[in-house]
Amino acid sequence: MFGLSPMEETALMLSLRASAAAVLWSLPLAVAIGWLLGTRRFPGHAMLNALVHLPLVLPPVVLGYLLLLLLGRNGPIGGALYDWFGLRIAFSSHAVVIACAVVGFPLMVRAIRQSAEAIDPRYARAARSLGASEARVFATVTLPMMAPGILTGITLAFARAVGEFGATITLAGNIPGRTQTLPLALFTVTQSPGGDADALRLCLLSLALAGGALLASEAITRRVTPHEVRP
Amino acid sequence: MIELSLRHRLGTFRLKVYLELPAQGIIGLMGRSGSGKSTLFACLAGHTRPTTGYIKLGGRTLFDDALRVDVPPARRGIGVVFQDGLLFPHMSVARNLAYGAKTRGTDFWHEVIDALDLGQLLDARPGRLSGGERQRAAIARALMAEPELLLLDEPVSALDPGLKARTLDLIARVQSRTGIPMIFISHAPHEVRRLCERVVMLQDGQVLSDTGPDPAHEAQFPAARGTLCAV
Repeated sequence: MFGLSPMEETALMLSLRASAAAVLWSLPLAVAIGWLLGTRRFPGHAMLNALVHLPLVLPPVVLGYLLLLLLGRNGPIGGALYDWFGLRIAFSSHAVVIACAVVGFPLMVRAIRQSAEAIDPRYARAARSLGASEARVFATVTLPMMAPGILTGITLAFARAVGEFGATITLAGNIPGRTQTLPLALFTVTQSPGGDADALRLCLLSLALAGGALLASEAITRRVTPHEVRP
Repeated sequence: MIELSLRHRLGTFRLKVYLELPAQGIIGLMGRSGSGKSTLFACLAGHTRPTTGYIKLGGRTLFDDALRVDVPPARRGIGVVFQDGLLFPHMSVARNLAYGAKTRGTDFWHEVIDALDLGQLLDARPGRLSGGERQRAAIARALMAEPELLLLDEPVSALDPGLKARTLDLIARVQSRTGIPMIFISHAPHEVRRLCERVVMLQDGQVLSDTGPDPAHEAQFPAARGTLCAV
């Protein structure tokens, strides 16, 4: 495919699959937290906000190491999962998804939160006065009006996940065919003698993926944003 | 009968209102900016919890702090129309109208659409409507839920004079055809005089008068008199 070697093709497909899975699994929580942060004030609001945004400012390797401490065989979560279900997280394809999800999560929450904040609260009041329950107000008014932010968040998180390197290599390692994603494959070829052409090809591929995701985000947002209201 | 005795404190502002109003026709609620109109609107609709007091509509207690009754907005049977309409932007006019409607396509459904002249606009998106059309659709949406009382918060104040006059006429027409009592909130005496038999005047959070339209009030709003001539 596109002149890629089997190793590169496997890395590309793994990146795409892991990023898509990461976005899908984290989406419900991101919507819930984005909505909560954008529309409610409660004790611990600032703390939750800081916690959600922590992966944005932490070095990815630190993040990966913290995840490894939690999810490794001797970690509190990783140990329990292994003892109860025989499930190994660290250095598996699950670890790639988790690393991608954690680094993309703040971007997704941020975009969703901004869209939730921008909704005039009187829309929900109007819906309630029309007899709608809280769940119906959320599903039929709030959620559709948050759609541009949700789609932007999905795209940004996906693009970030595709480019994820530090947390992935720390938590999942660099195992070809299993945990070696596109950036890890790129890293590998840059370390190989005569790998410049391969590295450039993977660079261009990464650029195309990230650029394509951003363009798609823009197009989708324009399509779903309600038309400007005439005076 | 609409019975209310309310005290509400918001920062330094205090609302202290006692009123008994017949639930019929269109009642005007007038006052300058900051007089407490919007707070009273929010208390009646259930969007704000009064500090103390009670609200009864047709003998049904909607709020009573002594009895610990606070009926949620969805079950108050009070419709609301905001100054800027606030139609749900992702729904067509027809879907907006159907949002709170008990059933679609009934005589009442057609009556409201006909009275507010919305027949040609049902498939349109709110973003494509003019200010007057939007307000008419918002009034229709609130009426479709067949409320026991409809609150209109400055529904024509953002419209130009010609459109304002036509919208006021349509409000009068739809009220007489549906028989749903309305409270028309405005700071403009000419709007209230055009529509309302009974007028409650608020000032600094208290009822200044509770009468029919009084020409003396007109003198307090010399700027509005010019608008009246333009209408």
